[in-house]
Amino acid sequence: MTRTNEPDQTALTGEAAAQTGERPRRRTVDVWLTGTEEPDYTDEASQEFQPDDTERELAEQLGSVVDDDYFIEEQPQGDDERMIVNMGPQHPSTHGVLRLQIELEGEIIRRTKPIIGYLHTGMEKTAEDLMFMQGGTNVTRMDYLAPFHNELCYSLAVERLLGTDIPPRAQAIRILMTELNRISSHLVALATNAMDVGAISMMLYGFRDREQILDFFEKATGLRMNHNYIRPGGVAADLPPGWRADVTEILDTLPRRLDQYDAILEKNPIWVERTQNVGVVTTEEALAYGLTGPTLRATGLEWDLRKSNPYSGIEQYEFDVITGENGDVYDRYRIRVDEIYQSMNIVKQVTDTMPKGDYMTGDRKVAPPPRGRINESMEALIHHFKLFTEGFRVPEGETYAAVESPRGELGCYLVSTGGGKPWRMHTRAPSFYNIQGLPIMMADSLVADTVATIASLDPIMGDVDR
Amino acid sequence: MSVDGSDRVGKDMVDAPRTPAETGDNAEEGIEFDRETNGGVGSADRDGDEPTVDPGLVSLIEGIEGASIEDSVGQTVIRLPKDSLRTVAEAAREAGFEVCADITAVDWFRERRVRYDVVVSLLSVSRNQRVRIIAGVPRDDLTVPSLVPVYPGANFPEREVYDMFGIIFEDHPDLTRILMPDDWTGYPLRKDFDVGGVPVQFKGSHEVI
Repeated sequence: MTRTNEPDQTALTGEAAAQTGERPRRRTVDVWLTGTEEPDYTDEASQEFQPDDTERELAEQLGSVVDDDYFIEEQPQGDDERMIVNMGPQHPSTHGVLRLQIELEGEIIRRTKPIIGYLHTGMEKTAEDLMFMQGGTNVTRMDYLAPFHNELCYSLAVERLLGTDIPPRAQAIRILMTELNRISSHLVALATNAMDVGAISMMLYGFRDREQILDFFEKATGLRMNHNYIRPGGVAADLPPGWRADVTEILDTLPRRLDQYDAILEKNPIWVERTQNVGVVTTEEALAYGLTGPTLRATGLEWDLRKSNPYSGIEQYEFDVITGENGDVYDRYRIRVDEIYQSMNIVKQVTDTMPKGDYMTGDRKVAPPPRGRINESMEALIHHFKLFTEGFRVPEGETYAAVESPRGELGCYLVSTGGGKPWRMHTRAPSFYNIQGLPIMMADSLVADTVATIASLDPIMGDVDR
Repeated sequence: MSVDGSDRVGKDMVDAPRTPAETGDNAEEGIEFDRETNGGVGSADRDGDEPTVDPGLVSLIEGIEGASIEDSVGQTVIRLPKDSLRTVAEAAREAGFEVCADITAVDWFRERRVRYDVVVSLLSVSRNQRVRIIAGVPRDDLTVPSLVPVYPGANFPEREVYDMFGIIFEDHPDLTRILMPDDWTGYPLRKDFDVGGVPVQFKGSHEVI
């Protein structure tokens, strides 16, 4: 709309309009008082929107007309008019930089388009420039709430190409770490999901308990996150002295806390109302769109890679696969809580049956010599130096390894041409595929359910964009 | 190489890196075109067992010219010409592969005659089975039939492959860049896209300054 200082000669006063039968037009006001005519102020009502503004101009001022080819459809007039709302990328409840274009009809969401890529850092390209031993530092930063799963998945792919055997203790440590990681990740999922529907205290409690697990990670690996602890050939270091007491303390504390969270959420009618029958997805839809993890299990399908495609000796431990019934937000929440109990069960079994032995493979092609040997043997020192400057070579081939991350199937497609660096490393990120399910889950639901649905997928944008 | 090649090998060096591959770093030696077009990968089973291929999967590629089925480190791989990709995917879906687990691509720049491979991982939940379909895409014809009509979940990964490699999926409903900015030039995961030396592409930064 152009604004002018010239008094609008054609504007009719209310009186004249009444005589001619036309609707009065909006007055232009000489704001700088440069005009010769006295500004003709009328009553206050004339300051409001006047009906002579075309529908289009009004809509533009209200921000409801967005030029986007994707959403072009017939625009119903009147109250049925559709509106595009842009949610994100900076939005507290999109768990990072997820952007959604939502087409609204009143309060009802008709269509959704997820727009991603704001956190893309080219990690798959970076992986081609890192040696196989260094690759762990790269992949661990993808899904930053489940770094151990990323490292394990990558290491499994490298080891499959190498054909290396992993000692039992290293396998048990891997299971211990990944299952503790699953607990900490699910705690954050609970915390953020509850925060998004208004339970702020739950957010604080969830992060508090996660911190206890991260303290143990820090003790064992040196870092709270991004550990690079699970490496091709085993793990980087043995468990620290006193680890059993730390793990036992975590296992003792958590059930008490989880009972409290049940009191906060499960017995809270607002939480139940806001999650049940919200964001529903069926098994067929979930399979067609490649949704995995708690989202798929919530639809009632018993599919867990730990059972169907066991890795790192997890088949030795007893646990149940938790499934839901309705495939809604509530079921996904419930599955996460119950999976925490199952993971605690696994961690307890690992703690009780931790085998003795090496934490790294004895294959000197992959593993550096022991520290003690380096101090006394020149060759061992050279060997160590060569391994960490040139790296080890992986035989030519291509493979795909998958683990069950807290968000679903985490896969690693690895191609080697026989050199010291991967020719191609691709990560099948569970969040990337789960985001695809958002348009189905949110179709014909209410705006208020949007944040609950997003949070129930537990998307990690570092995993989505990589 | 000198350490590995010398005879001064200590106790810890007994099985130091000494694979047959260490003598030939193909990327440095230049273009090598005498390799088989799409084969030659993962023929050896690392565990020493006989490679086995499920006979049920062989029926997927019956009647398709140029298709082969093989074992790659214990996993079943189907290699086929790109034009029959959707036909095989439809047959696989009929055969119980409900999930398109992953779609990606590999750039064989200066390694093979057919430059790109599109890699589709299919998963059967009902049969607990996986199969990987690899279709070669030559550099002068970068089109591949889209799998979105067969697997709706192929939407995002195909956009990613287009974004990263410039491979065009025909009949894709919305083939736009997904991770990179819309106005980005080049395809980052191609091997001839340099890692360093990319000028920072900020939109409108000169106007602000």
